[in-house]
Amino acid sequence: MSCARKGRETVNKIFEVPLYAYKASPDQSAPEPVRHKVIVVGAGPVGLAAAIDLAQQGIEVLVLDDNDKVSFGSRAICFAKRPLEILDRLGCGQPMVDKGVLWNKGKVFFDKRQVYEFDLQPDSGDQHPAFINLQQYYFEQFLVDRVRELQEQGAPIEIRGRNKVEAVGTHPDHVKLEVETPEGSYTVEADWVIACDGAGSPMRAMLGKDFVGRVFEDNFLIADVIMEADFPSERWFWFDPPFNKGQSALLHKQPDGVWRIDLQLGWDIDKEREKRPENVIPRLKAMLGEDVKFELEWVSIYTFQCRRMDQFRHGRVIFAGDSAHQVSPFGARGANSGVQDTDNLCWKLKLVIDGKAPESLLDSYDQERIHGADENILNSTRSTDFITPKSRMSRILRDAVLDLSEHYDFARPMVNSGRLSVPCVYDGSALNSADALSGPAQTRPGASCPDAPLGDGFLLPKLAGQFTMLTIDADAPDEIEVDGITVKRLALSVKDDPTLTLKRRYLGDAASAVYLIRPDQHVAARRDTYEENTFRHAVRRATGKE
Amino acid sequence: MSDLILSSNLTHADNFYANLVAAHDGLEKAESDAFNARLVLVLANHIGDSAVLKQALVAAALKQE
Repeated sequence: MSCARKGRETVNKIFEVPLYAYKASPDQSAPEPVRHKVIVVGAGPVGLAAAIDLAQQGIEVLVLDDNDKVSFGSRAICFAKRPLEILDRLGCGQPMVDKGVLWNKGKVFFDKRQVYEFDLQPDSGDQHPAFINLQQYYFEQFLVDRVRELQEQGAPIEIRGRNKVEAVGTHPDHVKLEVETPEGSYTVEADWVIACDGAGSPMRAMLGKDFVGRVFEDNFLIADVIMEADFPSERWFWFDPPFNKGQSALLHKQPDGVWRIDLQLGWDIDKEREKRPENVIPRLKAMLGEDVKFELEWVSIYTFQCRRMDQFRHGRVIFAGDSAHQVSPFGARGANSGVQDTDNLCWKLKLVIDGKAPESLLDSYDQERIHGADENILNSTRSTDFITPKSRMSRILRDAVLDLSEHYDFARPMVNSGRLSVPCVYDGSALNSADALSGPAQTRPGASCPDAPLGDGFLLPKLAGQFTMLTIDADAPDEIEVDGITVKRLALSVKDDPTLTLKRRYLGDAASAVYLIRPDQHVAARRDTYEENTFRHAVRRATGKE
Repeated sequence: MSDLILSSNLTHADNFYANLVAAHDGLEKAESDAFNARLVLVLANHIGDSAVLKQALVAAALKQE
């Protein structure tokens, strides 16, 4: 989403304080350009997640950002379970959950009435909730905190604020960047560059790569208001409400008494005019009630597009997050999918850098995350078409679904105010081995591992960051080495989980199972018993060698 | 996969037709459109089978494949 940076009324605060202020680096006065292992361009949620992931694996990483602060305004606010699990692995999931607003319930309104309410019913057996709401500036702050913590522990990670990449030169074995700073420009090199510089990606433009898709002819007013209100921690969505006739509206709670309000405005509007407080405030009063006291924290008007790059990897420059793919905001699929990009990429890059996997392994990042991006684009496009019908008949059908949903359960699954982000299953990935277990579909090769409670904690933290052989009531060696990659065994029994979640999710009717789990906690292969030869093949396949 | 039934299948075709027309009595055009849309959705849910529904979308288009 393109967020305008005007229209703000009152603001604290966190997004005005430089978090990584400019400081001259020795690189700027070096006689020859200094070569880094990995340079990440952009210190947003995706760039920071990538940098932390690599640094935790001991890979030297430098983050360049043209700014020196966290994002302005709340922006991405809804973070899903899978990214929270990834953030756990990155060492900063829990502070986010602690700060965030937990929610499971929602209400849908049509015209003047509530048509139904829903409960996402937290899937029991998971450490994390389905979603938390958290302002993007907090999200980024927790990531920066984690960077600082890693630096204190001596991890090879650095952020340079107000370092703007002005030119890119690509070479077969490295990338050269021309970087502008308050004290002039300098040249720096990297073996690999990850471009996480957002939907308007200057990196993408400098490389002259296409970014095509569909433009939606609509404007949305997005406002963060601070109010003491009795609204519950629920997602409220209005179709065609009296206070915004013919359009839609969304109300969602964030931490610190901040509420996110989204109002659809239509296409032919004067953006500058609509953004002025004297025009925004009456709209909000009509929505919230005349008596509710509130303060505007941030206002922006956005339009959006659904589009992606043809390829995310261009030699040694790899795109992740909004720079590679952009979706409508309905469904919280932007930042959430960007974090999943880095989760997919970083272990592969680590193996390639260490010489333990061929460079072609990185092509599976393209394959798997384009699959993910297409799924997100499809879902968010469908939501957008439902929320903003583009023809007379699509509006009639949409309204029919809403009217029916008030009376009949069957119509509710058709109501689409955003299909909220769920992890992508890499069906058909070249890294998967054929499914050799008659087990549950949710843990088939390509799927991300669902969590399960174990006596002393949860399953997922035990699967973090390396290839793991998960055995459930099956014999196997404690460790196996395949071409320099060590796969350690995690031996479990259905008895370890009295709630039987482990059995339900990983065994189904099977008596035993052996899973090969990738470092990003996706299933690569599974069968009922350990068979060394097959297992070795599965590891080779999952690392791009077969 | 079941096939869409395109031979006569209504037990009382005349009655159903009369009832369908009667359901629109007194409705404005917009109300009739909305009624038809709701009816299609109710029937589609009853059928459920996506293969049958796909065939129905093709059949209703009256285009020779």
